[in-house]
Amino acid sequence: MSVPDARLPQVNVSRDSRPAAAAPQTEQPAPKPSLRQRLTELRGPGIRPRALDARALAALASNPGCRRRALLDGAGVDKTALAQALGSPASYGQSRFALARGNSFEARVKADGGAGLLRLLHDRLRPGTPAPGDGEVAVPDLSAAGPEGRAARTALALREATADGGWTLLDHPMLAVEVAGSPAYVEPDAVVVHPDGGWTVVEIKSFPMIDGVADAAKVGAAARQAAVYVLALEKVAGHVAAGTGRPAEVRDRVLLVCPKDFSNLPTAAAVDIRKQLATTRRQLARLTRIEDIAAALPPRTTFDLRLADDGTTATRPAEELAAAVESVGAAYAPECLAACELAFHCRKRSREDGAVESLGRSVRGELGALHTIGEVLTAAAPCTPSPGGAPEDPAAAALRRAAALRAEALAAAPVAGGPAAGPVRDTDGAGAAHGRQEPGCR
Amino acid sequence: MPLIETLARMEAAAAGAARPLATVRHRHLSEHPLVFVPLTTSGEAGAPLGALVGTDREKPLLLAVPQPRDRDLRFAFLAELADAVLPYVDGFADGIEWEERKETDPETGKKVPVQVELCADAPQLIVPSGAGIEFVRLMGRSMRFRRTAEQDPETPYPAPPHVPLLGRWFTHFGERAQVPGSCLLLSMTGLLTRHWATGQSALEDQHLGALLSWIDPPPGVSGRAAAERAESARDAEGQLLCPPAGPATDPAFDNRLLAPAMARYDAALPGAHEELRRLVEGQLRPTWDAVWQGNDLLRALPPGARVADRWKRDRWSYTAHRDRVRAGEPPQPKRDDAVTAARKLSSREAAQTQLDAQEALDDPLVMAARRLAGEAFAGTVTGVGMAYSEGARPMPRPLVTLRTDDRPQLSEGAKVHRPLPGGKTQPAAFVAYDDPASGSLTVRLTGGMGRGKVPEPGSVPEPGEAVCWTLFEHAPRGGPERPEPEDTPWTHGGPPATEPSGDAPDPMTAEDFL
Repeated sequence: MSVPDARLPQVNVSRDSRPAAAAPQTEQPAPKPSLRQRLTELRGPGIRPRALDARALAALASNPGCRRRALLDGAGVDKTALAQALGSPASYGQSRFALARGNSFEARVKADGGAGLLRLLHDRLRPGTPAPGDGEVAVPDLSAAGPEGRAARTALALREATADGGWTLLDHPMLAVEVAGSPAYVEPDAVVVHPDGGWTVVEIKSFPMIDGVADAAKVGAAARQAAVYVLALEKVAGHVAAGTGRPAEVRDRVLLVCPKDFSNLPTAAAVDIRKQLATTRRQLARLTRIEDIAAALPPRTTFDLRLADDGTTATRPAEELAAAVESVGAAYAPECLAACELAFHCRKRSREDGAVESLGRSVRGELGALHTIGEVLTAAAPCTPSPGGAPEDPAAAALRRAAALRAEALAAAPVAGGPAAGPVRDTDGAGAAHGRQEPGCR
Repeated sequence: MPLIETLARMEAAAAGAARPLATVRHRHLSEHPLVFVPLTTSGEAGAPLGALVGTDREKPLLLAVPQPRDRDLRFAFLAELADAVLPYVDGFADGIEWEERKETDPETGKKVPVQVELCADAPQLIVPSGAGIEFVRLMGRSMRFRRTAEQDPETPYPAPPHVPLLGRWFTHFGERAQVPGSCLLLSMTGLLTRHWATGQSALEDQHLGALLSWIDPPPGVSGRAAAERAESARDAEGQLLCPPAGPATDPAFDNRLLAPAMARYDAALPGAHEELRRLVEGQLRPTWDAVWQGNDLLRALPPGARVADRWKRDRWSYTAHRDRVRAGEPPQPKRDDAVTAARKLSSREAAQTQLDAQEALDDPLVMAARRLAGEAFAGTVTGVGMAYSEGARPMPRPLVTLRTDDRPQLSEGAKVHRPLPGGKTQPAAFVAYDDPASGSLTVRLTGGMGRGKVPEPGSVPEPGEAVCWTLFEHAPRGGPERPEPEDTPWTHGGPPATEPSGDAPDPMTAEDFL
């Protein structure tokens, strides 16, 4: 609901400012380009970086090992267009029904100057202060030009509200988070300033809370998103506390507002996000290593699509793009399919490589040093390849035992001998698969 | 994931086609299941968009809501659904058998046998995916507290007759589906993933089209290629060739086809209603056919020997709910009290243990996984030595030596069990490893040989016979009896309130807020 449509300002995309690496006038190495310049190069000339919203930041935090995603997101590359150009488009999209429902619900929650929302908040969070009376909630105007302007306006409003010592509702404030050396702008649904200087993030979601219970996965996603907002607010709170001399503290319990049961009437619950906060803080700190990831790339690597004049058609050959994408490692797991635009591309590669993670993250646990499906099936093959006396890998021994038991059970099964019993074809396939992996074994 | 299943997935990935995970069918499949393929409106919790429902694969009943934001149209949908589902569900209520059950006589306090009714068969609902099961639960919750004009003439916006009743049944089906091994409400993805391993992750297996492609690909195409096509191939208009199995719709369908068609319906253009129905059916029909295709695949497997035993428990569950409805009890509460919740949990745990044991006994492939885990061992008998128990009346306690390649996790005196041909179980105790290198070990038979001094013929294995012992019980019993609700200790909240307060129906507002 709160995906900001703001874009990062165009930073340093002028190609003339490129370091004169091509100029051969001296033997000295060219000056190392700044990270910002390097990221601009990765994106391609004249391409505006994609804004990193809270959803993307939260997704990044859920797969911290993926250097590819960290780099592409850090550089603000349009992953949707990239996936399209690679020939593996993402199957994302939002239904306009869901969008309309989300907007109408949010409007209902914030109706009457936020009085109803403040009542819910006071009831659920029990801040120990008297409830706001009618007309006691200030709703400052936060409109300004551009994301920086709005962020500055938000900071000012937060300062005034904290100094004022009353109840204030900030509707769609704009906050800046430092991501990989450049600011990303995120937009919570609302922030409430308490009379005691406490700040509470409000997340308004359109999934239902039925009999006080909401879908755990969706609540988790909302909590991760809220953690990004709290992080962004903490920086402002530090400034405000120093500037006004009044305590300003961002609460680590956020208010999640959802439709009640099967209606469009709001209900709410306090969500403790300390865990998500710690994770996101660690991940964002880790993101500064984008510099290292970028430095490890082959020179002149870029993800530029070389868009044609229509601005949508990529003219860069898919193989070239794929090579550029391959130059930075990914940590594909099936969970990526729901969270990353490039997932279909990474899955294709992962399957081509036969990586065991393509079957699920948990699969790795029992396989020891075996990383590909081919290796696993070879290790499971009935012949013993170990040269005499060498201590055997326990994972391989377990696999061979599993394969033998499986083959034995399938051979004994009633359907195994029968003629093409439904879909159970090739029931001695276990052996056949091994044979293909290790022809010398037969 | 057990290692043996990981291996099966890898074999499937290498072969490009699914591999069996079971050699028998571990779930009961009704001769005439009711297939229910629902669709919901994106972003709305209680607004179904349409459904195909029926027991005849050639003639599903199409129900569609042309404007889900209209309460009357939603109610009309629910009424039609109740008319389609309730006759099927009620159709099993009157065919009964008599079963003998021990009950405590309230006057004497003794256990006395009584004859009770048990329905001879029970309804079976099949939905496409796990999300479909969740949707049945949700619909049950949304309907069961509604009031009809007959129940309460004063109620504003009364629900059509039978809708609250359908809600109660859907709630019961949804609750029962949480019991491991139960078969009143099944998802096709759950059924197929139980019996086949694909070369993709469990997450991707939730896509019914992709899952079926791995198991039964079209001729000439590898399972993997067919699955990738089912997941993401789109036509020239950007619509998925294989629509999602629901209840969620594809956003591209919502935005490009459904929304304009709804706008035309709202503008009361001629033919708009028919067009909407056609669109909804176009999304539902491929899934409907896929569910039946899966049904065919599963029916080709022979049923496991103990499947009927578990189905009988489903019949008990159905009979019990039939009785509750007939007795006019109020709908299931919104939240269980502590006592009910504890009972449900323990019965589900018991059902899981029982399911694990029964599946292993029915299926050598499942037993193979238990053997790999050290929870069972199979081998050949190499010697039998007669021995007797000590005591006033010595009983036969033969020592059986066998050779096995398995590595069971045994300690001295550990109880092991073995199925006998008649369906009974023979207990034994582990004695010792004779020679760990060759896998030779000895167990002492402790029962299953009759009451005489000489074991009954056939009850002691002969040398050369293949035997399979398990470390787990074959008919595990639940834990100790729970105290009666009125004796609930204070540690668990004390006795529940004397009169459980009936849940109020959801408030109805003049404005239709959806």
